[in-house]
Formats: sequence, C-alpha cells, structure tokens
Amino acid sequence: MWETKYEKSAGLTDSKLSYCPGCTHGIVHKLVAEVLVELGILDRSIAIASVGCSVFSYQFFNCDAQQSPHGRACALATGVKRVLPENIVFTYQGDGDLASIGIAETIHAANRGENITVIFMNNAIYGMTGGQMAPTSLIGQRTTTSQDGRDVAHHGNPIKISEMFSTIEGVAYLERVAAYDPKHVINAKRAIKKAFQYQMENKGFTMVEIVATCPVNWGLKPVDAMKWSKEAMEPVFPLGVFKDKGAK
Amino acid sequence: MDAKNIKVAGFGGQGVMMFGQILAYSATKDGINGLWFPSYGPETRGGTANCSVIVSEKQINSPVFKNADHLVAFNLPSLEKFKEHMANKGLVLYNSSLIEEEIKLDNATVVGVPINDIANELGNIKVANMVMMGAYLQLTHLFSDETIEAIIKKILGERKADLVQINKEALEAGKTFVKKLGVKYA
Amino acid sequence: MAKVLMKGNEAIALAAIKGGADAFYGYPITPQNEIPEYLSKHMLANGKVFLQAESEVSAINMVYGAAGAGKRVMTSSSSPGIALKQEGISYITAAELPCLIVSVMRGGPGLGSIQPSQGDYYQATRGGGNGDYHLIVFAPESIQETIDVIKESFDIADYYRNPVMVLVDGLIGQMMESVDFDRPVRERFLPNKDWATTGTKDHPGRRNVANSLYLDPQALENHNIHLNEKYKLIKKNETKFELVNFDNPEYVIVAYGTMARICRSAIEMLKKEGIEVGMIRPITLFPYPEKAFDQIPANAKGILTCELSMGQMLDDVLIANNGRHKVGFFGRAGGMLPDPEEIVAAIKNFNERVVK
Repeated sequence: MWETKYEKSAGLTDSKLSYCPGCTHGIVHKLVAEVLVELGILDRSIAIASVGCSVFSYQFFNCDAQQSPHGRACALATGVKRVLPENIVFTYQGDGDLASIGIAETIHAANRGENITVIFMNNAIYGMTGGQMAPTSLIGQRTTTSQDGRDVAHHGNPIKISEMFSTIEGVAYLERVAAYDPKHVINAKRAIKKAFQYQMENKGFTMVEIVATCPVNWGLKPVDAMKWSKEAMEPVFPLGVFKDKGAK
Repeated sequence: MDAKNIKVAGFGGQGVMMFGQILAYSATKDGINGLWFPSYGPETRGGTANCSVIVSEKQINSPVFKNADHLVAFNLPSLEKFKEHMANKGLVLYNSSLIEEEIKLDNATVVGVPINDIANELGNIKVANMVMMGAYLQLTHLFSDETIEAIIKKILGERKADLVQINKEALEAGKTFVKKLGVKYA
Repeated sequence: MAKVLMKGNEAIALAAIKGGADAFYGYPITPQNEIPEYLSKHMLANGKVFLQAESEVSAINMVYGAAGAGKRVMTSSSSPGIALKQEGISYITAAELPCLIVSVMRGGPGLGSIQPSQGDYYQATRGGGNGDYHLIVFAPESIQETIDVIKESFDIADYYRNPVMVLVDGLIGQMMESVDFDRPVRERFLPNKDWATTGTKDHPGRRNVANSLYLDPQALENHNIHLNEKYKLIKKNETKFELVNFDNPEYVIVAYGTMARICRSAIEMLKKEGIEVGMIRPITLFPYPEKAFDQIPANAKGILTCELSMGQMLDDVLIANNGRHKVGFFGRAGGMLPDPEEIVAAIKNFNERVVK
C-alpha cells in the first residue's frame, strides 16, 4: 500500500519554479499556495505579480493572475478589488518593487485600507537585474551599484517598511517574519494565513514582510545565505507583529 | 434669426458668467442651439471675467469669433478691451453705474444702464446682472420673459426659491429703464 | 429627448455612464476636473466604482486591474497627466485589455498652460509608452460628437480588446453646448469576456492571466504580429472622417476637433467671396483616414493643415498626400485660439504657408 505523505500544493501550477537554489521565493510561494488551498479561496483568488525575480509568479500560483508594471502592483490590486470585492486579491512584491519605485502605490493602498494582502519579500538587493543596491540594503552591504558598501552619507539608511506602515491607520495586520529555518517558516505560514483571513473578513490592508535571501547576488552559498539573513538582516529588520487590529 | 455672437465681460462676482449661461440655457430651452465658453483659469476673486455666447438656429460652427454682435460690459476695463471687436451695427450695453463718461461708437448702438443703482434701489446689489438682462432683452428680443424666468427659476433651485421674485423685479426694472430711454435696437 | 445645455466635461462623464462605465480611476488636473467631480457623485450614487488615485501613474494601473477583471473602466486626464499614464497605457495595450482614456489637451510642453491646445497629437497617436502599439483615437469636434463617441467607446474597446482614447482640447471640456444624449449607438456583437481574471471558479480548468511579458523573442514577435493584424483590422473597420464642402474645392483644409469647427466658419466666409475650400476632418486620428486624400481633385491648388500646435498631424497629412499636392501649414499654440478670419487669410496667402 502506498500512502501519500507529501505532495505539491494544489495552489501551485506544474510550471518549474525559476528561482535559484537557496532563494526563499520557493518556500514562500509554497506557503501562500497552501494557505489559499487551506482557506478554500484559491478559485476566487487573483494574484498580482510584480517586476523582479518573482515576475513569473503569475505562472506559479494556480489561480487567475495579472502581471503588473514595476511598482504598481498595489494599484492593480486596488483596481481589481474595487470591482470584484468578493474575490481575494494579493500582490507578491520584492523590495525594489515595493519599497522603491512602488512605495507611493503601496502607502496609499494601505492608507485607503484596501482590503488586499501584500506579500513583501525583502532580501536587501535587486535580484533579477543582477545585484544592485536596494532601498533595504544594509549599511556597508556591497552591491554592484554600491561597490564600496552602502554608505549612510551617500545612500541613506535602509528603509524599514513594516515600521513605517505600522503608523498607517488603514493597515489591519502587519507582521515581519523570516524563512531561514523550519520554525520560522511555520511561523511565516501562520502570519500569511492570518493576513488572508483578515482579508476574508474585510478587515482592511494586510501585509506580511518576509526577511528573505538572495544567495547568488549576496555571493553566498545557500546555507550561508540563510545564516546571513538571520545574523545580518534580522537585527536591522526585527521580527514581530507591528500591527494587528484584530488582536484582543 | 441670424446667429448672434455675444461677449459678456466684467469683474468676477458681478454675475458675468451666469448672464452668459442664462442666454445659452434659454436658447437650448427654445429648441435652438446655444454655446457658452468662459475665459477660464486660476482666476482670483474680483479679477476680470469674460465669456462668449453664441445662439443660433443653425448648427454652430466656430466657437471662436473675432467680432461680437453684442457686447455686455459690466465695467470699464471690459468695455475698453472688447469695444474694438464689434461687428457692424452691433449693440454695446454697459454698466453706467461704474462707467461715468459717455460712450459713443461708430456703427454700434450704445446703451448705458445704471444697473448697480437700480439693483440697490431694489434692495439687492446681486441682481444687478438681471437688471442688465432685462435691458438686454428689451433691446434684442432674443428670448421671451417666460423662457428667461423658467431658466432663472431652475438655476436658483428650491434652495434659493425666495430670490425668484427679486430677480423678476430686476428684469422688469431693466426693461422699464430702456423703454423710458426710448432706444430701439432690434 | 429635448436637448440640454451641458458643459463638455460633464457631458463626457454622463456619456461614459450611459456607455456602461463600471469604474473610474483618476487624478485631478485642469482643465478636465469636472469629469471626476461629476463621476464622484453619480458613479457612487449608482453603485459603481469611483476612486481618486494618488497619482496618474496609479490611476492608469488601477484601470489595468479593473479592465483585467473584465469591467468597463475609464480614466481621464490632461496633457502632463496623460504623459504619466503612458507606462500603464503600453502595458494595457500589450495585455489586450479594453478601457477608455479621455485626454483633454492643454498647452505644453512641460507644465505649459491650462488653455486649449492640440499639442498632444503625437502623444495620442505615437504614444510615449514603449513598444509597437496603437490606441484607437477619436477626435470629436463638438460636445455632441464627443457624447456620441464616448457612448460607443466601451463597445469598440471591448470588441477589439484595445484601449480607446477620446482626444479633445480644453475648449470642448470647458464650454457648454445644447446636446442630445439619446442619439442611437451602433449595435455590435460583443463576445463574452472569457479572458477576464475573475477567479478560476468562473472558468474551471483554465487560468486567466493578464500579462505583457514574453521573454522568448519568437513568442513576443508572434504577439507583435497578432497585435499588428488587429490594428490592420481596426484600420479597415473603424476609420472615420468627414468631407466638408467637397464639390471640386480649390483648396482643401485638413483639421480636427475645435480647429475643424473654426475652419468650418472660415470655409463659409471664403464661399461668400467665391473661393471654394473643402475640408477633410479626421474623426479618428488612429487609424488615420489616408484614403480620404484620394478624393482631393487633381487640380486642387493645395492642402492647408490647420492645428492648435506647431505641426504634428502635418506628418500624417504629408504621408497621406504622398507628394500629390502642395501642403501648407497654419498653427497656433500655447492656448491661443485663432478666429476664422485668420484661416481665411492663410488660405488667401497659401503660398506663404507651403511647407512641402
């Protein structure tokens, strides 16, 4: 007798993931897919893919999708959600897309309390374009456009999205999580699930920031990348719940 | 009726735009074509304002005209600015409460009406533009009293229905003034 | 129904509602503000969507989202605002989503002025967005024609899965005219929007994706060819123009929008003086009515292109004319409007106006 112990989530298509070994996109895709299935909302979900490494996420999530111009995912999501309020709408964005070019769209969607969910992957670098400095790059971090390391006087400090957004009234739920070990992956899934549940309950704007990895552009092996996200990134981007309107 | 090109000008707040719109509304109500366009911009309260109106039985072509058939000037700067752009045998109606000197133009009928004084006598300076309207209609016979009153009623709406009476009085006062002058235009 | 007097911008808004608009997303800019102001009241009152976005960039991307969801969606703006929308317009066109974009032109470049202009002909017909794409561009000359075009625009956009732009100038937006909202609209057979992203529950077994990314060059070329075939079909089916006073004209004016109306008066004035001047009035700017130029008599003395710009449609006139006649140009810019007498003078001194 064969028994199924593990299978790919029905929330993912059969397309081969385009992500590098050690990249946390694969893990988080799986978490989002599982949550959509577990909550029974996959067939009414619309994914908004952004520009960056996750540009192809419209091929991976097994639901309807729209592919957005760079930074505009929250505007597309707003456009969809306002005309289809019964559907579940979520964006999947990296730090360049959300925190740099798309920060206005994201802030205003949050401020309007748009009833959408944002999955924000923060890996402190531009992955797809080849390792340029991101607004979330750490002080001293060497990238292809900050070759002597990020310098506060020249580039400013890494922007802290969850801290910023915690001040916005329209945000219903906001948590920063990590994906560098099983314990944190399980916690990340709990946060993602809660965000979608809040959307189902029409509570408002929900966002989960994931401290993510980019081994290739960080110049690290996968295991070392996980370690770096814990030891270098987490102190700058501390984990935790920044806002929870539903909390007792 | 031939198409009429009408220029209305004055200070902001004198009811210049409304004067022009009432003419375009009246044309539409009477089943002919009306066109109104304002000089628009980030204008300051009390600055100058002007609008162009065309009323025509035929389709209106150019919204822009070089020379006006009728000029209604609510203040001196407007009169000075637009009196040079009059069509042959035109009509110039001006506010003689604010323009003291006597105005004469070749090839145009020129009529001054002390609309501020008349409106003040009626007890509301805001109806000065309707005094002008009465005078204008007495000279041009473009629209019936019935049409104009219906439009004024509609514009004032229920909220300002109590102002209908004084507006009617203003129209009548403007007409009476022109009748007493004995001037004829159309 | 009896005619009503209505301001151009408000008429645009009401016509869009009558055309079946489900949603409006926009950002304030003069001289088109009465469009969102009117819609903010009347869309919400009718259970439709109205949302003031944080920028034109965001507004056009909200349009993308709602159009992808299969709704009839519109935005409106003016010159610098349309410039900001170009990114989204390119994506929407690439993803083959229908929508209505109203552009109320003001003087430019830069912040320019808020007075009427036709300086955005290139912006509308050539686009500032990237890649090989076209909008279907209507350039009505009156508020009545604007209403008629807007009422039909969602049908046309849906039929071709392509954005429609209605291009007017600030004068049409700001003036008032006697108009009729009940003129009939051409009936079209519209296929179901089975491509809309409304959730797989509505189309089990198939994922709908609105996308413009084709990393494989052959796949993208195939998409480019497909779009181009569509534009050819649009050219065949939707090209619209009017010929005015075309009985053996001595000269031919080419003008659109407000400029065409000014030219109509000039043509009447010239007729009184015994000079017969015809006019080609393009109603669609893309597709451009090149065939209309075949109807210009061989002995015509020349073509005068009249625009509220320094000469943009002039390019299309030169292409359509293809060297057959002398082509002259008359233009005013910056928000300056010529009176018909200026056009009369330009025809009388045509030789001074010749550019090619």
